[in-house]
Amino acid sequence: MSILVNSETRLIVQGITGREGSFHTGQMVEYGTKVVGGVTPGGAGKEVHGVPVFNTVRDAVAATRANTSIIYVPAPFAPDAIYEAVDAGIPLVICITENIPTLEMTKVYQHVKQSSSRLIGPNCPGLITPGEAKVGIMPGFINKPGGPVGLVSRSGTLTYEVVNALTEAGLGQTTAVGIGGDPIIGTSFVDVLELFQNDAATEAIVMIGEIGGTDEEVAAQYIAEHVTKPVVGFIAGRTAPPGKQMGHAGAIISGGRGTAAEKMTALTAAGVQVADRPAQVAELMAAVLN
Amino acid sequence: MNIHEYQAAKIFASHGIPINAGIVCTSPDEVAKAAQELGQAVVIKAQVHSGGRGKAGGVKVARDPEQARSASEQIFGLDIRGHIVHKVLVAPAVDIKREIYLGVTIDRAARGVTIMASSEGGVEIEEVAATAPEKIHREVADPLLGLHPYQARRLAFDLGIEPPLVNGFARVAQQLYTAFIQSDASLAEINPLAIVGDGSWQALDSKMVIDNNGLYRHKDFEELRDPEEEVATEIEARASGISFVKLDGDIGCVVNGAGLSMATMDAIKLYGGEPANFLDVGGGASASQVAKALEIVLSDKNVRAILINIFGGITRGDEVAHGLLEAFNTIKLEVPLVVRLVGTNQKEGREILAEAGITTVDTMNEAAERVVAAAKQAA
Repeated sequence: MSILVNSETRLIVQGITGREGSFHTGQMVEYGTKVVGGVTPGGAGKEVHGVPVFNTVRDAVAATRANTSIIYVPAPFAPDAIYEAVDAGIPLVICITENIPTLEMTKVYQHVKQSSSRLIGPNCPGLITPGEAKVGIMPGFINKPGGPVGLVSRSGTLTYEVVNALTEAGLGQTTAVGIGGDPIIGTSFVDVLELFQNDAATEAIVMIGEIGGTDEEVAAQYIAEHVTKPVVGFIAGRTAPPGKQMGHAGAIISGGRGTAAEKMTALTAAGVQVADRPAQVAELMAAVLN
Repeated sequence: MNIHEYQAAKIFASHGIPINAGIVCTSPDEVAKAAQELGQAVVIKAQVHSGGRGKAGGVKVARDPEQARSASEQIFGLDIRGHIVHKVLVAPAVDIKREIYLGVTIDRAARGVTIMASSEGGVEIEEVAATAPEKIHREVADPLLGLHPYQARRLAFDLGIEPPLVNGFARVAQQLYTAFIQSDASLAEINPLAIVGDGSWQALDSKMVIDNNGLYRHKDFEELRDPEEEVATEIEARASGISFVKLDGDIGCVVNGAGLSMATMDAIKLYGGEPANFLDVGGGASASQVAKALEIVLSDKNVRAILINIFGGITRGDEVAHGLLEAFNTIKLEVPLVVRLVGTNQKEGREILAEAGITTVDTMNEAAERVVAAAKQAA
């Protein structure tokens, strides 16, 4: 078992003829993900890595019965791409695009919330259920299928680091979800924690946070009240200076809030084992599962 | 992007907010002339991208032009939380009856825009939040419908503003909200918003931060950038699509990914070192980008050792290796270098480096430990 994506996932790629979209379509097809179509306005009739291209999401869904969409459209057009996917009734929409203006995301968030779709991202690496479906930009070869660890993270490469350490320690993953590094994202830690808590195959959870905002603190409270599975955490940015954006739009300590120390304290108080180094996550997890 | 008080005030004024208009000056002579022109007591305020100006001596009142000149002499060149004063704003001193804090910001927890007001005007809102959070009143605006007039009035009544002044306050709150939205801001703040001598509302200090991601649709804001307020290497990095923040340590970092960059800095600290920078070369970094990153890090004279930490996903190990060798063609490396290269095409990348005499390490811990030792040895 797994969460959100699996061998039943029928994926379309919005922005499939672009540089990123086309490259990652090839990567996802190679991994074995069922990529059933792509969307580029005016691109109907073309093929990218053997995948048929459609003009609209509606056309793509009608022809392919797609149930998931991944978006590689540049920032100025990405909100429109999300609206199009949501309005076509796609249940799961993943937005990889970074640098979307935050105010646009306040509108997108509200629209998605009132629909039956779930949005992951933006500014995220996507998600992977090893051996079944890779829906994103992560390197698939570092993952190990079969669980028992579910992983949720705000970061990209840091996630690869931890996944790699888990795999090297012989610990497979059910699903690894990158929720994105922006201030406003469609799916939060709490949403994914709830899914892992309810997933029979997930025996333990890794949660990777970073400075900025209070989502880790909210997650800590949720863990204390609702999560019975063991959780191992890591927070990046202990040495980050206040008031400076550290790469991700959401990674900033502002007004003295959002520090790594606050988040680590909250998680520890909720019974989460917090690692000092990324690789230590795997060591702590191995101990927890034994 | 941070902008100055006088620039924010101009944007606020264009949305109808009554501001205490002043004159921007870059020398004591100009300050004396401005005070002469205003013909009354003035307040001289340092224009820097930092709070805490008053406490640092960056705000002074003067009765006449000569006093203004000598007061400004103490302000120019002042270091306020690491920002040197090059400009001041000279504005009429006003008779303040009451001070309010009014701010608009992105509320990450609410996934929306929040308007905040506090009766503790003139005090930094973080301080109020820490000491008297009950004094901060909030309204969350609907992203599609905006801030309703009743919400603005409710804030006024929460603050205990007398009924005849409520509509005036509500108007300013809505104007500030509009300024925030139309500027793609991440913060818009009037602190204090004051009731002045004649009983009207006036913005006495204006602050605005613009969302970098919204800048593409506000080309006119580019001219608000103050190069004197930005680190030159940070500007250079941004132009190359590299995310770079200068820090105070002596270990230079070149990493791919923001989270991994932060974790790398943390690891250096854990082993007793101090990072000289945050640097994310970006996803799918090309050889030339890696070379540029190395050049930027090496331009910091405090750097005693360099750690390159690449986890290849989209970024390919061989590309990174070529980038490093390309960089060494033009830059002479005089500090020790520790390279950790894993992920996509790690074998190819390591072979390319090995041929050039550069050895690589396997784990991040080992890399951090080694670079800290190398920096200590060089010190």
